[in-house]
Amino acid sequence: MTRVGFFTDSSICIGCKACEVACKEWNLVPYDGLNFLANSYDNSGGLGADTWRHVAFIEQKRNGDVRWLMNSDVCKHCADAACLEVCPTGAIFRTEFGTVVIQPDVCNGCGYCVPACPFGVIDRRERDGRAFKCTLCYDRLKLDLMPACAKACPTQSITFGPVEEMEQKARRRLARLHAEGVGEARLYGTEDAGGEGLGGTGSIFLLLDRPEVYGLPSEPVTPTRRLAEGWGAAAIAAGALVFGVVAAVLGGGPARAK
Amino acid sequence: MLGGTGDERMRRAVGPLTRLADWPLLRQVRDGDARGLGLSARSMRSAQLVARTAEADQVVRSICPYCAVGCGQLVYVKGGRVVQIEGDPDSPISRGRLCPKGAASEQLVNNPLRERRVKYRRRYGTEWEDLTLDLAMDMIADRVIQTRRETWQDRDAEGRSLNRTLGIASLGGATLDNEENYLIKKLFTALGIVQVENQARI
Amino acid sequence: MGSNMAECHPVGFQWVLEAKLKGATVIHVDPRFTRTSANASFHVPIRPGTDIAFLGAIVNHVLQNGLDFREYVVAYTNAAALVSQDFRDTEDLDGLFSGWDPDQHAYVTRSWRLSDERDETLQDPRCVYQVLKRHFSRYTPEMVERVCGVPPDRFLRVAEALCQSSSRERTSAIVYSVGWTQHTVGVQNVRTAAILQLLLGNVGRPGGGILALRGHASIQGSTDIPTLYNLLPGYLPMPAAGHHLDTVAGDRPRGYWGHRKAFTVSLLRAWFGEAATQENDFCYDLLPRITGDHSTYPTILGMLDGEVRGFFVLGENPAVGSANSSLHRMAMAKLDWLVVRDLVEIETASFWKDAPEIARGELRTTEIPTEVFLLPAAAHTEKDGSFTNTQRLLQWHHAAVAPAGDRRSELWFFYHLGRLIRSKLAASTDPRDQLLRSLTWDYPTDGPSAEPSAEAVLAEINGRDAEGRPLSSFTQLREDGTTACGCWIYCGSYAGAINQTARRRPGAEQTWVAPEWGWAWPANRRLLYNRASADPAGQPWSERKRYVWWDESAGRWAGEDVPDFRLDMAPGYRPPPEAVAELALRGDEPFVMQPDGRGWLFAPSGLRDGPLPAHYEPEESPVENPLYEVTASPTAQRYDRPANRRNQVGPGFPYVLTTYRLTEHHTAGGMSRFLPFLSELQPEMFCEVSPELAVERGLVNGGWAVITSARSTIEARVLVTDRVRPVRLGSRLVHQVGLPYHWGGRGLSRGDSANDLLSIVLDPNVHIQECKAATCDIRPGRRGR
Repeated sequence: MTRVGFFTDSSICIGCKACEVACKEWNLVPYDGLNFLANSYDNSGGLGADTWRHVAFIEQKRNGDVRWLMNSDVCKHCADAACLEVCPTGAIFRTEFGTVVIQPDVCNGCGYCVPACPFGVIDRRERDGRAFKCTLCYDRLKLDLMPACAKACPTQSITFGPVEEMEQKARRRLARLHAEGVGEARLYGTEDAGGEGLGGTGSIFLLLDRPEVYGLPSEPVTPTRRLAEGWGAAAIAAGALVFGVVAAVLGGGPARAK
Repeated sequence: MLGGTGDERMRRAVGPLTRLADWPLLRQVRDGDARGLGLSARSMRSAQLVARTAEADQVVRSICPYCAVGCGQLVYVKGGRVVQIEGDPDSPISRGRLCPKGAASEQLVNNPLRERRVKYRRRYGTEWEDLTLDLAMDMIADRVIQTRRETWQDRDAEGRSLNRTLGIASLGGATLDNEENYLIKKLFTALGIVQVENQARI
Repeated sequence: MGSNMAECHPVGFQWVLEAKLKGATVIHVDPRFTRTSANASFHVPIRPGTDIAFLGAIVNHVLQNGLDFREYVVAYTNAAALVSQDFRDTEDLDGLFSGWDPDQHAYVTRSWRLSDERDETLQDPRCVYQVLKRHFSRYTPEMVERVCGVPPDRFLRVAEALCQSSSRERTSAIVYSVGWTQHTVGVQNVRTAAILQLLLGNVGRPGGGILALRGHASIQGSTDIPTLYNLLPGYLPMPAAGHHLDTVAGDRPRGYWGHRKAFTVSLLRAWFGEAATQENDFCYDLLPRITGDHSTYPTILGMLDGEVRGFFVLGENPAVGSANSSLHRMAMAKLDWLVVRDLVEIETASFWKDAPEIARGELRTTEIPTEVFLLPAAAHTEKDGSFTNTQRLLQWHHAAVAPAGDRRSELWFFYHLGRLIRSKLAASTDPRDQLLRSLTWDYPTDGPSAEPSAEAVLAEINGRDAEGRPLSSFTQLREDGTTACGCWIYCGSYAGAINQTARRRPGAEQTWVAPEWGWAWPANRRLLYNRASADPAGQPWSERKRYVWWDESAGRWAGEDVPDFRLDMAPGYRPPPEAVAELALRGDEPFVMQPDGRGWLFAPSGLRDGPLPAHYEPEESPVENPLYEVTASPTAQRYDRPANRRNQVGPGFPYVLTTYRLTEHHTAGGMSRFLPFLSELQPEMFCEVSPELAVERGLVNGGWAVITSARSTIEARVLVTDRVRPVRLGSRLVHQVGLPYHWGGRGLSRGDSANDLLSIVLDPNVHIQECKAATCDIRPGRRGR
């Protein structure tokens, strides 16, 4: 099966949050509570168990002019997904669409996935205990339907399709913006832009500023990628320890008769 | 299929050999999923998951009730309940898209805060009381007749016909159907009620 | 301009971005930098209430530089007509037009009439073109800076973009919403845009014109089939005292309004059937009469004064959504009875127990006599019916489920209410009840709750001939009583006994006009006045902008859309002297609803505040009018009473106040603040202030503020943002406070109502309130309890 994903073009996002609502409606994601964050028009705060699409609002003032960046953030469905790798119960699996899905009927709420995600996407639902995140509308994909957010997005800032196509589309859009003088436009989430540490992702973004401005990590890495290194380091440490012990044993005791 | 969870039904429906073949370890080997991160980890529930729109009894074409763009909506019904509302891709206006309000239409119509029964507050009352719909209609009809009679104006100071009452007014219409506004204006005009207004002027 | 399309019409905005992707320039002129501004090509901040100065300056730019589409202007507008010798302009009378009567507080408009003479060279100083030029001559870029706070180079960027994109080959569109209409000069705001678009030759052409973005699902429908006091369906006038059928119909103007009698008689036949006869003038004389302004605001004042005793509120929430909402709550506390029909228990229904006035001690529940009935309403998924969207498109929505419990449609409620009242008065011999008893009121019903057939009502609206067959065009309407039609502009919506409004041919299978989706009035015509897309000889102004054209061989008009012209009228047609209605217009006069067939640069009749727009300050303004001696609109409707005091100009209320919507909520909140998924997106009432104002007043982002006016005091959370800029007017820096108006005391998301701060002051033509520009003060802290 072809790997599918999103291309989120923040340059045409109107910050309407249709994606947030459409996602909640489809996926029966619970209400998050009333929290006025006084952070521009963002009262959702960030991705979590009860927010699977999150629109960020960044107000900037440059040369007396105002710029308002908006972007709908979502799970990256990483090619090398740390959450997937650390999940001890097999609750998280990679689907036939190449997406990463948590199965609520398997999840035991251990929470290992939570710190593993370099983006802070996953969280455990408070009263429930289990971990939740975007499923890329797995049930809709099975019937060849678009994810709810992509269908609703009024300006098609969020589009959906085979990851390769999304990447091509993203690059074309980037080229056009650069040609129009929007030099700050850049991609994020491709293998060569922000996705290097993840093997690429299934959520490509077009941003108009550095990722950190949007609250995104500039060089996200799947922590488990370094597992091999870690095992290697552990092996070296173990070897050093063994060597040290052997040396200590063979090298004689604390007092030798002269 | 009769009741029970998806898994239970699945288990009942398949025989012991099939269940064995479904053993995750075997599936792992069969699918070459050495680390057990792919489909071998998929539960029966996940395997059977299907979009609820596909299981709807019917899909009805509607139009969003919020702003005046008039986005097309598809309303999915199951068991006499609306289970999903999403955009109608056929609409040349909206092309299947919806804004956050239109996307929340299911919650609008299924909202537990929606009123279900007539509520009545008597003069100087401090609480709502119950009232049947029939009785409410009758009481309202009586009040219209009485207030109209008490405030009727046949003629003005110059003797010109007025044929009206300024004792009754109405406000509202922009969220209503054309057919509803038509009956409202028709009835009120025939009753001599002229202070009929709505959001169009506000 | 005067619109925040991306926030208030997000799905419609997709088309703006498509145009932008194809190279269109999207200009957003607005007091705040909004989500629309973020996606426009550029934003121009403007002081609220100064749009006429800005647009008038563009008109001036066009005229001074000869940038008008001259052929179009001469052929299709009244530019060449000569004004009366008695006409005096605001340039002559320092802000007034000729005919001002201070005792009547109104204009005598005789001197505004146009003479029969014309000057096609547009040189005569009395010709409309020259009068217009003189009228706007002081509306320079420098004046725009003084009045609007827009620097000249910004202004010129807009003017040049518009002019460069308006010609034979290109058109420009103007989009507006209530940022233009909700002012004491609301109508004149739109008029200025109309003048500009006529001068640029943009009206009636694809990609041009003016689009009004209205705010509710069927607010267009509720204007067409009006639950409005001054109109009968199809924009026929409600009868005034002293008027008879021939008063309305006797004067037979040129253009399609020449058939007004046929439209009126057909309406009366639809309403009163056999009881409406030639002999009794089709019951016209039994209709109730209007004698002045019976619009919602004077009506509420009448309620406060004890004159209005009973009130129906149907899917509206004036306790939150109307200007001076506190006054509305106080007024409802005087009623004998109130009937509220809505989905949820809105503030209007519960005011007697939880209005803010009760907490403040101004009202006491046990002393409020109002009897209240709250009847639950059916949702849009629970009934059949049609909505008319902002582009005059009727679209049918089908019932998906039955309404539960006591919930009913308004169709059910009014049909059965009418049935009940008629049965109670069936034996009445009182002549006052005759009209009621003459009603045709027998719609088929269905199901256990006896729901009336919405389609049967649509069929009546559409109209029937003498044999009861559905009509297909308003051209079939007769004044002899042989036709019946509930709304002439909707005639054709049920042609062939097919619900045309329910048509759903997928857009992808149709042309870009997509005429087979729904049905637009009139006659399924999608672009009005499209005759103007062709030149006087009937050929498109350019191939690029071809829309309709005269097909000589077929002897008919043809095109992408239903031509807005008599199909068989050749461009060369010249009317014989006895011709009437549209036949009295020439084949090259496209504005077929106007008596002269032309677009009006100068409006000789129809408006109370002037034949031309002039900049007046909002009623509550921090400055005097830099353009004229007269500051605010002389004809604005004012109501001087204690509950409606005006803010005096001065240090007491030094800041400009403006109100608006957010994407996440809807109007007065009944359909959004009660929903978890929308409430959590914008959970609290807040104000938007600039960092400079925050410093000046000690406001903290995320903190609380108290905002005051002469009417009331409210509190709100504070959002400090650079998107709301102070306006520089000369040496003064005028700050703005922005307030969304969605909040009230009920629902999941609760807060104070912005409308509590506003006074009732109205546009004199349509009686709409001014709520986009007022003054206020703001301080940190919370309001007392």
